[in-house]
Amino acid sequence: MRSVINYIKEILSGVRTLWTGMRVTGGYFVSPGEIITQKYPENRDELKMFEGVKGEVIMPHDENNQHRCTGCGICQMNCPNGSIEIITRKEMTPEGKEVRVIDKHVYHLGMCTFCGLCVKTCPSDALAFGPEFENAVFDRSKLTKILNQPGSSIKKDIK
Amino acid sequence: MTLNIYDFTDLTRNIDAGLRSAMSPGWAVFTEYLIVGLVFLLFYALVGLFLVYAERRVCAFIQNRLGPNRVGPQGIFQTIADLIKLLMKELVPIKNADKLLFNIAPFIVIIASFMAIAAIPFAKGLHAIDFNIGIFYVIAVSSLGVVGILLAGWSSNSKYSLIGAMRSGAQVISYELSVGLSLLTIVVFSGTMQLSGIVASQADGWWIFKGHIPAVIAFVVFLIASTAETNRGPFDLAEAESELTAGFHTEYSGIRFAFFFLAEYMNMFIVASIAATVFLGGWMPLHFGSGNAFNHVMDYIPPFVWYLGKTAVVIFIMMWFKWTFPRLRIDQLLTLEWKYLLPINLVNILVVAFLVLMGWYF
Repeated sequence: MRSVINYIKEILSGVRTLWTGMRVTGGYFVSPGEIITQKYPENRDELKMFEGVKGEVIMPHDENNQHRCTGCGICQMNCPNGSIEIITRKEMTPEGKEVRVIDKHVYHLGMCTFCGLCVKTCPSDALAFGPEFENAVFDRSKLTKILNQPGSSIKKDIK
Repeated sequence: MTLNIYDFTDLTRNIDAGLRSAMSPGWAVFTEYLIVGLVFLLFYALVGLFLVYAERRVCAFIQNRLGPNRVGPQGIFQTIADLIKLLMKELVPIKNADKLLFNIAPFIVIIASFMAIAAIPFAKGLHAIDFNIGIFYVIAVSSLGVVGILLAGWSSNSKYSLIGAMRSGAQVISYELSVGLSLLTIVVFSGTMQLSGIVASQADGWWIFKGHIPAVIAFVVFLIASTAETNRGPFDLAEAESELTAGFHTEYSGIRFAFFFLAEYMNMFIVASIAATVFLGGWMPLHFGSGNAFNHVMDYIPPFVWYLGKTAVVIFIMMWFKWTFPRLRIDQLLTLEWKYLLPINLVNILVVAFLVLMGWYF
């Protein structure tokens, strides 16, 4: 007899706990005001992206068209899926010393997973994440970008 | 009683007479088949597409999200865009798959649900086929779908598919019992297996009210068991996306996958409409007592609206289940059926038989 009572008790407590769960989700369903996700930003004109957006990898240039990249190739080595290609060239300084400078910092956006290893490991902080997030294009070749601007040079104090 | 303006019997009879006067009887029957088939095909596609959208929205609201809201107003054309995408996708051939069975499986699943929809009464006289063993037919046909699922799992040559299919087999065979027995309680109440007869027996009150506690128990058991039978969460062990990728349809792509997807939602619709027909009065309006003003107002709402509304309520409850409860383990699933639902059902049907014998129901 006790086992029958326990059996019925078990069923009733099961129904009660299930109802508790359904009351919680039902409560969420009828309160659509509390949306926790963020909407896609459509106000592109006055849109102000917040700090720490991992949009795409960029190389910041200052007003004299100067960047901080030495062309050391550490980002290329650290990139897990080969999205970065460093092409360097040799240049003579006025003192007659031969130095390596960056020719093309090739960035394949289509392969990038935005892991951030390149930004994190860059010894001279030449790379950063930009706020651009709409990266869809109709031609795959447009996803291959050259990060250093044409005619740019390295800042004086970077070694 | 319902109004005559919503009686479709004369309309269908007139169409039949018109066709028969215009062509030979054989061609007339063929044309009728064609018309009914086309209507159901259209209905099937529209309801399937809408249910996918509704599920995504309900799920989103339950999880405090917005869901698809960009294609069309409130995102109602989202699933049409998805369908176009699925139609254009490549059908990936599977290495060492059993070609014939692999290609047939989605059609078996979709045909099973298509056959079940034929027996459902949408309004008075709006009924593709009115068997005198309607309940029996629906139970028999709706369990055919598992054959397609087993074939899909077996022929895919993939371990995920096979495990999913085997689970689905165990699940559907067990829960079939509860679905059948809970429907039988109402068959005992109404004294007929004909779906139109069951609807007609609810003209003075739905069975869930007339049959009081036993009918409510049968309704709850039917809801649980039919959720399991359609392989929906929390009983979606056959798909179990977190452990089996996608279960029995892991290897399917493009439109073949869409068939499985559509069949899943249509099965939900069919199960909900059976629940509405058997327990909630089908297309019968809500009536209290007889002959008062409230009943007359209710009579003016078309029966099709009543039917769809009740079905929508049941569908919403099933979606609510899915997005609330975590998935059961296979042993918990079988325990629930064999130790709880089936004994409850058997006792319930005995009680119902006793009630009907003594006439203790409204």
